[in-house]
Amino acid sequence: MRISTFFYTIKQGIVNIWKNKMFSLASVATMTACIFLFGLFYMIVMNFQAMVKDAESGVAVTVLFDHGISEQRIEEIGELIDGRVEVSRYEFISSQEAWDYFRDIYFDGNEKVAESFGADNPLANSASYAVYMNDISMQSALVTYLESVDGVREVKQSATVANTLTDFNRLIGYISAGVILILLCVAIFLISNTIAVGISVRREEIGIMKLIGATDYFVRAPFVVEGIVIGLIGAAIPLGILYVIYGRIVTYVAEKFRFIGGMMSFLTVKEVFHTLLPVALVLGVGIGLIGSRITIRKHLKV
Amino acid sequence: MIRLEHVSKSYTKEGLPALHDVSLQINAGDFAFIVGDSGSGKSTLIKLLLKELEPTAGTITINGRKLNKIRRRQIPKFRRDIGVVFQDFRLLKDRNIYQNVAFAQQVIGESARNIKKNVPKILSQVGLAAKYRSYPRQLSGGEQQRVAIARALINRPKILLADEPTGNLDAKNAWEIMDLLDEINRDGTTVVVVTHNLEIVRAMNKRVIQMQKGVVRDDGADWEDDGPVYRGGQVSTYGSDYFGEQPGLAGEESAADGFFREGPFLNQSGDGGGDED
Ligand SMILES: Nc1ncnc2c1ncn2[C@@H]1O[C@H](COP(=O)(O)OP(=O)(O)OP(=O)(O)O)[C@@H](O)[C@H]1O
Ligand SMILES: [Mg+2]
Repeated sequence: MRISTFFYTIKQGIVNIWKNKMFSLASVATMTACIFLFGLFYMIVMNFQAMVKDAESGVAVTVLFDHGISEQRIEEIGELIDGRVEVSRYEFISSQEAWDYFRDIYFDGNEKVAESFGADNPLANSASYAVYMNDISMQSALVTYLESVDGVREVKQSATVANTLTDFNRLIGYISAGVILILLCVAIFLISNTIAVGISVRREEIGIMKLIGATDYFVRAPFVVEGIVIGLIGAAIPLGILYVIYGRIVTYVAEKFRFIGGMMSFLTVKEVFHTLLPVALVLGVGIGLIGSRITIRKHLKV
Repeated sequence: MIRLEHVSKSYTKEGLPALHDVSLQINAGDFAFIVGDSGSGKSTLIKLLLKELEPTAGTITINGRKLNKIRRRQIPKFRRDIGVVFQDFRLLKDRNIYQNVAFAQQVIGESARNIKKNVPKILSQVGLAAKYRSYPRQLSGGEQQRVAIARALINRPKILLADEPTGNLDAKNAWEIMDLLDEINRDGTTVVVVTHNLEIVRAMNKRVIQMQKGVVRDDGADWEDDGPVYRGGQVSTYGSDYFGEQPGLAGEESAADGFFREGPFLNQSGDGGGDED
């Protein structure tokens, strides 16, 4: 394609939008709503996924040893744990460390009670390995394995927070996919209608163009551009809005759900937009493209 | 070269055909007028040549290509070699004069720079340089006609088909346009002009094809042994009844049939391929 034809096509596409203001506006509005909701769900899913990841990388399994076990055997067990693929890392926690940690959490503000234990460590026999996993779904398999290892007294599983999160995340994923699918159809329908109106208004003109020697491509391309531009604008607006309000949403949610605050960790707006931006733009362009292609196929057999 | 062989065109199944068994040849570089009463099929003929309409019978060959053999995708390219001035102008309503003419160049992918150069030039040639920003609805019929002419000429087509290009013009403007067409013709473009202006036809002294009720009554050629000799500007043979009373259809048809000779096509059939590009 020649440069001049390229610019001509772009210009005509934008002129089409301008001359068809009302319908274009309706399309852009629908697209905006569609992409806005998409972006919202996307952010939620992204954040949940990040939280699941956080939870997954937290301690999943604690391995306690038989009484009087040798240091050498503890090291051997460590190597066994290390050999498992689902384990991301593990770390030895001595009895003293366990007690310090416990005391911090449970006797916070009750130092006197804690002091009553004196130098005795009530968790004297609780040296352990904390095992961190890279795949939470393998947890039960790992536990079964570890329980069969010689020298292991007990394997404690952490709360199934991660699993719950994963389930919840999946649910949100399904719901948002459904809502977005419906919205996508509406958006495609509206765009294709907008372009159909543009085509019917220009039917006579299109006939003349053909008689002067315009190719199908030359006649059609501006309508495709029209669809793409509507899609792009319809994606840019909600992206802008989401960018501005994201911080506020995060603050609001964090405040409302302070009781599980420890679990809540939010992605920064940059992290979210790193993927949301291209995905939403591609979505907008895609909807515009599909919408215009459908109409052109139906109405522009010139 | 334009050649029609036994071409008929009916718009409707019942009723008389708009064109009936028309055979004609217009050579490359020729200048031919087509005259005839209103409704005699002149515009229909032009539309067939542009492949805007398909004939119901017969074959049309232009520049060595049979029109019924041209595939859909090749039609645009075929049309780019033909400039057309439509009887009803067919300007793009939502574009101004400049854009209307520039459009013909955009279609063929001309560079923006050349378009900027060519459009004002042709617009001043047709005397519309001052009005380039007007929209078609703001122009008089004659002005719109000149825009249509500018659009038809700007791509320097091999063939120019002009359906009543001076219909809405005063004598002075009409002559200016005719001089322009003559000039184009001298540069090598085949020019076919449909007109009712017999004064111009006589004065220009070119070949005249007369149509009547869908048949060619006189194709303007006298056949000598070595091919056709076109009688320039002669509408005199039938000139009196051209604007006057129409004789009965039956008699006219046989007269026209008798006038037309098929022989020359055979004589010249060797030319066919030579005009291909
Ligand atoms: N689209 C159409 N549908 C049906 N009949 C048509 C159509 N176009 C033209 N005709 C008929 O075909 C015949 C020839 O029409 P055409 O337009 O070719 O005449 P013309 O010689 O160009 O006349 P004029 O000098 O008035 O322009 C007329 O009888 C007309 O009524
Ligand atoms: Mg006509």
